[in-house]
Amino acid sequence: MDLIILAVGAIFVQNILLAQYLGNCPFCGVSKKTGTAVGMGVAVIFVATLASIFTWLAYYRLLVPRGLEYLQTLVFILIIAALVQLVEIFLKKQSRTLYDALGIYLPLITTNCAVMGIALLNIKHGFGFVDMVVYSAASAAGFALAIILFAGVRERLFLAPVPKAMRGTAVALVTAGIMSLAFMGFAGMGK
Amino acid sequence: MLVPAMVLGGIAAVAAVALGIAARIFHVEEDPRFKGVADLLPGANCGGCGFAGCTACAEAIVRGQAEVNACVIGQTDTARQVAAFLGMEMVDNEPQIACPDCRGGIRATRKYDYAGFDDCRAAMQLFHGPTVCDHGCLGLGTCIRACQFGAIRMGDEGLPVFDPLRCVGCGSCVRACPKGIISIISETTKILHWNRYSECLAPCRQKCPAQVNVPKYIEHIRKGEFAQALMTVRESNPLPLSTGRVCPEPCSLACRRQIEDEPVAINYLKRFVADWEMAQDTRLHIPVAPDTGKRIAVIGGGPAGLSAAYYLRRLGHAVAIFEKMPALGGMLRYGIPEYRLPKRILDWEIQGILDLGIQATCNVELGKHFSIDFLRAEGFDAIFMAVGAWLDKGLGLDEDGLEGVAPGIKFLETYHHQKEITVTGKVAVIGGGNTAIDCARTSLRSGAEKVTIVYRRSRDEMPANPAEIIAAEEEGIEFRFLSAPSRILSEDNRVTGLEVLRMELGEPDPSGRRRPVPVAGSEEIVPCDLIIEAVGQEPDLEFLKSEGMPKLPLTRWNTIDAKEETLQTDVPFIFTGGDCFTGPGLMVEAIGAGRYAARSIHYYVTDGVIPPIEHRQTDLIPASLFDSISGVEEKPKVHEPIVSLEDRLGTFKEVEGTIDEEDAVYEATRCLHCGTYCYDHDLEEARQQAEQDRLQEST
Ligand SMILES: Cc1cc2nc3c(=O)[nH]c(=O)nc-3n(C[C@H](O)[C@H](O)[C@H](O)COP(=O)(O)OP(=O)(O)OC[C@H]3O[C@@H](n4cnc5c(N)ncnc54)[C@H](O)[C@@H]3O)c2cc1C
Repeated sequence: MDLIILAVGAIFVQNILLAQYLGNCPFCGVSKKTGTAVGMGVAVIFVATLASIFTWLAYYRLLVPRGLEYLQTLVFILIIAALVQLVEIFLKKQSRTLYDALGIYLPLITTNCAVMGIALLNIKHGFGFVDMVVYSAASAAGFALAIILFAGVRERLFLAPVPKAMRGTAVALVTAGIMSLAFMGFAGMGK
Repeated sequence: MLVPAMVLGGIAAVAAVALGIAARIFHVEEDPRFKGVADLLPGANCGGCGFAGCTACAEAIVRGQAEVNACVIGQTDTARQVAAFLGMEMVDNEPQIACPDCRGGIRATRKYDYAGFDDCRAAMQLFHGPTVCDHGCLGLGTCIRACQFGAIRMGDEGLPVFDPLRCVGCGSCVRACPKGIISIISETTKILHWNRYSECLAPCRQKCPAQVNVPKYIEHIRKGEFAQALMTVRESNPLPLSTGRVCPEPCSLACRRQIEDEPVAINYLKRFVADWEMAQDTRLHIPVAPDTGKRIAVIGGGPAGLSAAYYLRRLGHAVAIFEKMPALGGMLRYGIPEYRLPKRILDWEIQGILDLGIQATCNVELGKHFSIDFLRAEGFDAIFMAVGAWLDKGLGLDEDGLEGVAPGIKFLETYHHQKEITVTGKVAVIGGGNTAIDCARTSLRSGAEKVTIVYRRSRDEMPANPAEIIAAEEEGIEFRFLSAPSRILSEDNRVTGLEVLRMELGEPDPSGRRRPVPVAGSEEIVPCDLIIEAVGQEPDLEFLKSEGMPKLPLTRWNTIDAKEETLQTDVPFIFTGGDCFTGPGLMVEAIGAGRYAARSIHYYVTDGVIPPIEHRQTDLIPASLFDSISGVEEKPKVHEPIVSLEDRLGTFKEVEGTIDEEDAVYEATRCLHCGTYCYDHDLEEARQQAEQDRLQEST
């Protein structure tokens, strides 16, 4: 039960994009078409979960015993970057179809703050292993949900008569703001 | 201090080693050509090629999933480099460009009805476009924004205008247009296209046997784009100089302009653009598809043969023409006289066709010098037989052996060969077709005292071109209508006269013409020294009996039999068309048959099967023949300059001239753009109604 609440909370209430404002660059950059948004979303779920597991292990097995918690940011960056590269190489050889579907998004994720954010939040909340895995996957799913919804809105927006000054990223940010307000409606659910 | 540094360094080292090992273990053998090709591409990652970035495009090219010219930015230079890198040779491909298929009309002015919308797709989603026409352009310019190459701009009429020089054929506009009006059209698709009932076609375009896109070339003329106009004609008619002179314009019979005043002078316009090119003395470039390696033999170099050869060559096949006469042109050269179609002009026109790389051998006759088996042994994949209809039908009046009787085609042909023969005395020409009139006018020019045309039916039934009949009348040729020859009078084996019977018109026969019935006891004598019989022709198919010929079935009219939908004969690799298939007809029919056969042959030699044309348009589409037009001002038709009578007689100077540029542009404005432009009756009525209401209110 606790795990479900945790997951729902991560997806809706503390949506990584719309409540915590992390991962805004792919949110604006890869959200013009629903198709690409889905690809990006799936790639983030995959990488974020994996990265969280490794960073969590590194933190508790490597840094905490030596009292080096303050190094977490640096270490996490290193681990995530190497991991994404590794995954890319691995996928290319082992699963060509998966590579073709996610391949072009992987390099985008290497430096994605949502993935980094999830890894850091896991530590901040002091989760155990299972909680951590659920929380990471759910947060990433929240990311996917938000970016897909947002892409749908943007596809419509593209056709609408937007004043010249507001076109493109400007109106996208305004929309993101409104979506964020809408997501705040979920805030009551957690309590 | 040491510990943290070691931890960080350790992690980095582990990551590096792991990556290094992984790269080795999971190494994917990648074609080095991927990188090679990717380096040659511009690297703009624009996606215009339809792949995710330049690297993906390079991979697709190497794998053969995309053409070497897939990159829409790089254009020819890049394509050449890529091809060279991959060890391929690049041949000039035919251009592919976007073509809009709508001129809007009233629709275009309605674009402001869309409450502030500036995107066709949005308008489409909300209102499904305007209600007037399901086909039309919405005019909001979505294609313009979709084009990455600035090739589209909004024209004065509120419709997009395409710049063929900038268009690279990437297809972004096609994908953006919600109405499906824009299409990427290559020359090949245009050549292979035949009208369908489902299309929005102007009546003239439906009526023309060659299906020339008349409204389109007239529109180009109106804008002063003569080269484009001519190229439009050439999409379906490779002989514009000749047709421009002798075609009786079946298209104009369908012209809607005649509801208001007179049909548009379509043929004058065609002649104008064709002459315009010749006057420049530089030929327009005609694109030819890459070689297919197929070889086609064309037998007979008349309009049907030339047309088939031209289109087959443009489709990329190697074509060889075999002609029995000393020069190409068929009836255009040996039948139609100099004063209608100067041979200098015909030569220029035919040379342009041969310049595409068509091989022509003259003075070789099928059945005498070579056979079908020989052509097969030589490796020809298909044969197009267009031997025309050269055999004069006789009258059966014991004329054999008499001096002073000549068959029509023979007369014209002999005349062509030995220009100096002079005709003396009185001449009687029997028949009512173009051949009869040409014989009569030729006789008159070469010294005949008096020329009489004897025809069984009345003037209205004459199959000759109406303009020809008028010209013959002007030149003083006498017509005896409703008169049938019954006996030839002779003295010492020399013709002295022709006995004719008066006829009356009876019930219509199957051709719709009223059948003439002789009136008993109405014999009369037409005194004459020369009788020219021009009462019909049929194909000379004697050669089929010679050795090395397959058995080709004939029809009961002694023409070659073939399937109407494909022009394929019972021998699968032999196709036919023109006069030898239909019997004597018009030049433009022969030209149409040539392209039609070229389509069939193209599919036959490439795919093996000839796909049927679905909903092929053969009759006029009733809905397109509107019988009233509103808001059209009367405008008189232009007239061709004509040589004076004194100048005509005794010379073979060309009688009709070409209209000048000013007249051509003026005449082009008379076109109503049927089929590409909406005449919205409802709107017009509503406007008039509103007007009336207002008037009533004010009184
Ligand atoms: C006097 C006259 C006036 C006409 N006026 C008009 C007009 O004003 N407007 C109009 O539209 N139409 C006119 N026509 C009709 C038009 O010319 C023909 O319909 C048209 O030329 C038919 O084209 P074709 O290619 O089928 O045959 P043709 O033009 O007859 O060509 C057939 C070719 O095949 C060649 N050939 C024949 N047998 C062999 C063989 N065994 N081996 C090799 N080659 C062979 C012939 O030499 C000839 O070159 C006229 C016809 C005539 C006779």
